[in-house]
Amino acid sequence: MDNTTTIDAKSSVKPPVSSVGVVGWARANLFNSWFNSILTLLTLLLLWKVIPPFVNWAFIDSLWWSTSAECKAAEGACWSIIPAKYRYILFGLYPYDSQWRPFLAIIILIGLLFYSRNRAHWKKSLAYAWLVGLILMGLLLRGGILGLASVESTLWGGLPLTLLLSVFGLTAAYPLGVLLALGRQSEMPAIKSICIIYIEMIRGVPLITLLFMSSIVFPLFLPEGVSINAILRAQVAIIMFTAAYIAEVVRGGLQGMATGQFEAAESLGLNYYQTMRLVILPQALKIVIPPTVSQLISALKDTSLVVIIALYDLLKTTQTTLSDPDWMGFSSEAYIFVALIYFACCYFMSSYSRRLEEELDTGL
Amino acid sequence: MNDKATAADNQLSDDAIIEIKGMHKWFGEFHVLQDINLTVQKRERIVICGPSGSGKSTLIRCINRLEEHQRGSIVVDGIELTNDIKNIEKVRTEVGMVFQHFNLFPHLTIVENLALGPIWVRKVPKKEAEETAMYYLEKVQIAEQAQKFPGQLSGGQQQRVAIARSLCMAPKVMLFDEPTSALDPEMIKEVLDVMIDLAREGMTMLVVTHEMGFAKSVAHRVLFMDYGQIVEQNTPDEFFDNPEHDRTKLFLSQILH
Repeated sequence: MDNTTTIDAKSSVKPPVSSVGVVGWARANLFNSWFNSILTLLTLLLLWKVIPPFVNWAFIDSLWWSTSAECKAAEGACWSIIPAKYRYILFGLYPYDSQWRPFLAIIILIGLLFYSRNRAHWKKSLAYAWLVGLILMGLLLRGGILGLASVESTLWGGLPLTLLLSVFGLTAAYPLGVLLALGRQSEMPAIKSICIIYIEMIRGVPLITLLFMSSIVFPLFLPEGVSINAILRAQVAIIMFTAAYIAEVVRGGLQGMATGQFEAAESLGLNYYQTMRLVILPQALKIVIPPTVSQLISALKDTSLVVIIALYDLLKTTQTTLSDPDWMGFSSEAYIFVALIYFACCYFMSSYSRRLEEELDTGL
Repeated sequence: MNDKATAADNQLSDDAIIEIKGMHKWFGEFHVLQDINLTVQKRERIVICGPSGSGKSTLIRCINRLEEHQRGSIVVDGIELTNDIKNIEKVRTEVGMVFQHFNLFPHLTIVENLALGPIWVRKVPKKEAEETAMYYLEKVQIAEQAQKFPGQLSGGQQQRVAIARSLCMAPKVMLFDEPTSALDPEMIKEVLDVMIDLAREGMTMLVVTHEMGFAKSVAHRVLFMDYGQIVEQNTPDEFFDNPEHDRTKLFLSQILH
């Protein structure tokens, strides 16, 4: 046979079977030494011990639409707590009959967030849409006009409160953080030291302390008869706290910029603000997208700390539900439900940031 | 200034565009520029050479105030460089600068890189600025790359874009800070060709470079700097054929082999 001459050199040698496919992959990664083989087997054992019982508990033996009495008799998970109590978990003390209002507000917010995901939609009209949307959400929550019953902000709670604190907190903290970072880099000594003192002081204090100060210490300094809404005070504390951390992340990005970029912008005659806005910040902020998003995600989860100043955020309403004698003892189910909501919010942010990074990648 | 150089200057228009008198600069304790006196006429082309650390880059960076001088005066196009930020920005719009490492803005497309200065500094409408940008991209023969990002271009292409970016501001003077030093050998020519075209059109140019062929064919005057001083200046012919100072001779023997 002389067909060897006709065989294409590239295809004439195939890799050995043992190095490709599932078998090859497992050999290379799971069983490539005796130590790794033992680790693999131990891990498999552990998974075998954990996963089937969990699946049993969560899906097979579980109850989804039962009463609490049936639940107490059952072996598996009692997901029934969620259909039974979801309105309290999501909306807290908000008057039951008006809960469509916060629901609608959340729908508007989610709609705006998803619409804003696409950078092609970032036009002036989007800013107006946000403005109108925010006013609408505020009116829906507060009521008092158009025949809507007025609802005191002390009754706001659950998911709307968590989203309100997060969305406003993050959107206000980010620009403030950028300004603080620029201030810290400033050549003007007064501005520079103010920014450094601010950042270091806020970072040196736990968020809980700031929240306590905003709810207990701060009102002491207000004149008699003047009171500031508790939600607003918590909101300001969250903004101040997050901004300090964002500032340090952004400063890292600014320090990563080559001096050549500043010089090129300056030698074109651009002034400081133009240089920063058009040349430096777009690049620096892009570099720090991953740590910034980490910071924002952790800020979102930190909003749950407002329970300590008696605000009924999502976590607090869940805890309160669990003190209902009928549904006591089903905390795993309720907390898993809340965890999924938090996860959805955080995943939205991280997936968006990944997409943004890809879109802004210009190859240098 | 010696007689031959003056003779060369006399063929040019008489009015000076850059006047540096008794200028000194220190980096901390290090006296990097010592008593620099230099007058540049309109349309004059000067090549500055010298060993590394001799202060040649610092000298041209002082002209658009990327570096601050501590004594003496620098007047560019009738404006004295002081701490007045408005004056500095005005001078910078009149003086183009090309850097060793190109310093294009990596987050903007090529055409956006070119249009940025005119739009924000000269307040030219966007459409007009982009038309000007395309004109200069044609000129440096790179128009087909207009929509790409700097990271997608070769070094030589990036440097040509950087030159075009400066030209879009319609500068009266162009400063080149070792424009070919960071390039692979095969790309040096394409950049020098652009600079030679620019010279033909009568641009006032100060070029820090080790490209002695370029100096011979383009420069009116060659300056040799060492230890922060202008040691010698002459027409290219005289400079290369009859260097006066020992330091110049040594330098030339080192770079010309």
